[in-house]
Amino acid sequence: MSRKLLLEHINVPGINTLEVYRQKGGYRAVEKALKTLTPEEIVEEVKKSGLRGRGGAGFPTGMKWSFLAKPEGVARYLVCNADESEPGTFKDRYLMTHIPHALIEGMIVASFALGAKVSYIYVRGEMMPQIRILEKAIAEAKAAGWLGKNILGTGYDLELYVQPGGGAYICGEETALLESLEGKRGNPRIKPPFPAIAGLYGCPTVVNNVESIAAVVPIINDGGEEYAKIGIGRSTGTKLISASGNLVKPGVYEIELGLPVEEFIYSDEYCGGIANGKKLKATVAGGSSVPVLPANLTLKLANGEPRLMSYESLSEGGFATGTMLGSGGFIAFDEDQCIVRNTWNFSRFYHHESCGQCSPCREGTGWMEKVLHKIEHGHGKMEDVDLLWDIQRKIEGNTICPLGDAAAWPVASAIRHFRDEFEWHIKEPIKSQTQNYGIANYAAPIEKAPVTEEK
Amino acid sequence: MLKIEEQKPVVFSSELLAKFDDVITRYPEDKSKSALLPLLHLVQAEFLWVSTSAMDKVAEYLKIQPIEVYEVATFYSMYFLKPQGKYALEVCRTGPCCLVGAEKILDHLEHKLGVKEGEVTDDGLFSFRGVECLAACGFGPVLQISPEYTFYENLTVASVDKLIEDLKNK
Repeated sequence: MSRKLLLEHINVPGINTLEVYRQKGGYRAVEKALKTLTPEEIVEEVKKSGLRGRGGAGFPTGMKWSFLAKPEGVARYLVCNADESEPGTFKDRYLMTHIPHALIEGMIVASFALGAKVSYIYVRGEMMPQIRILEKAIAEAKAAGWLGKNILGTGYDLELYVQPGGGAYICGEETALLESLEGKRGNPRIKPPFPAIAGLYGCPTVVNNVESIAAVVPIINDGGEEYAKIGIGRSTGTKLISASGNLVKPGVYEIELGLPVEEFIYSDEYCGGIANGKKLKATVAGGSSVPVLPANLTLKLANGEPRLMSYESLSEGGFATGTMLGSGGFIAFDEDQCIVRNTWNFSRFYHHESCGQCSPCREGTGWMEKVLHKIEHGHGKMEDVDLLWDIQRKIEGNTICPLGDAAAWPVASAIRHFRDEFEWHIKEPIKSQTQNYGIANYAAPIEKAPVTEEK
Repeated sequence: MLKIEEQKPVVFSSELLAKFDDVITRYPEDKSKSALLPLLHLVQAEFLWVSTSAMDKVAEYLKIQPIEVYEVATFYSMYFLKPQGKYALEVCRTGPCCLVGAEKILDHLEHKLGVKEGEVTDDGLFSFRGVECLAACGFGPVLQISPEYTFYENLTVASVDKLIEDLKNK
């Protein structure tokens, strides 16, 4: 069994209550941080831990904290990004449902380190049950003196509030989230200025993912150096992976970074293999925005070495033969799944979720959705595949926020690795309505993998 | 586009206004506009949808222009801008849920309830729609029911039938 830092006590009855959470050592990090460490020392521990943002971008958390501007007399804010909306990702929901105090404890330590007196947890509106859980847990913590005025007699005051979103994927982007928290449409802001300089209400702000903030608790308890010993290379610590799709045991797993992908998919400790005895066709390893990979490139690098669950190994080979760890939303497709249909589905998602601010994204996502719908439903033309390639290239890099890239990459990677499946849909418009292309072409050894072109 | 469905004036109860008062304490004094999204959720929980007249009242309460409320209510997908069934069923239709049968659940609901997506059944009890990823991909197919947003996971045609019967008999 690998080490568990976040989910160690997930099966303890009553771990969602303050009492049981305390019995299992909860809030030790708050005591240690507030009584024995300075804010600068906490930031230093987080830097030493090598913790990287768990929401998808993978930016070093300690570094992000150290960028926070600290002008005299200006409020500073910590905002937790719990707007978990990336298709394939459901780890934050799981953590908040079962161990809400882990997030609250992390929020207190992180707020103290950043000098925030008021902090917000922005939870996607659909997670009303989780909002109720968090509000209850915050009330418990406040009644016990972990929040409010003069915490533990240290003179530090902190108020923590939960803010519901309204149902918009774009609000997972940190500046859109801040706009939304200010009561506006979730249109991402142009950066710079970065939130560290001008964030919520124009004040210096740090926005961190739920899992990143919860990970601060073991980092403070055990020290940054201990945390950095777990994992591999620059991928330190443990990561929550949300596993979905055609797996025997989908769910949320805490892994030590560096676990071989093959072990994650097939071992009984994790996903237990592909459901119904079928074969693996493809995976999306880090949430819907990252490139889809055929089975062979999922399990092995282009040079034949095993691929690992880490930031570096998953992106090994660039977009030609690699993908990204992203948010850790691991989606597995069995041999009967249709890549064209799934790509169309994802395109519809991005079209629906585009905020409409930048024309390449607003127009391009809708265009891609339409072309993919046409191909999937048997009305495609051969030049449509090149048209799709052209559209996605014109979106990528040409938008204010990364939603444009996120919409382009699934389409680009699907064409790059599965072009023959798109062409089959076009050549066989009738057959493709009742049959699936299957897996045949992707079972080939690595050197014959259908890696077509790279721009 | 904002389609105006109803212009009947609405009355906010004192209980609802007390909830509003509680929400705005979370923000700095001059930043009460931050309360807009939570307030619209409270309105929807009370009336099951957000009418134009309700939005005007919210604007009045927050001392902002009505357009600032309209532009928010129309941007976010959770706010219903027309009346829904007492139970508004929202089924996730994004990738991972479709890999495990979400499309079948949507087709079945249309057949079972005898209405199209977005329409309300004659008895006023049900409406349904497909929504984008609900962040429960490992337990798909899933649906949620507003205004409580209770969650139902690992759906099958049989479990959906049972759910609908249970709600009818409630």
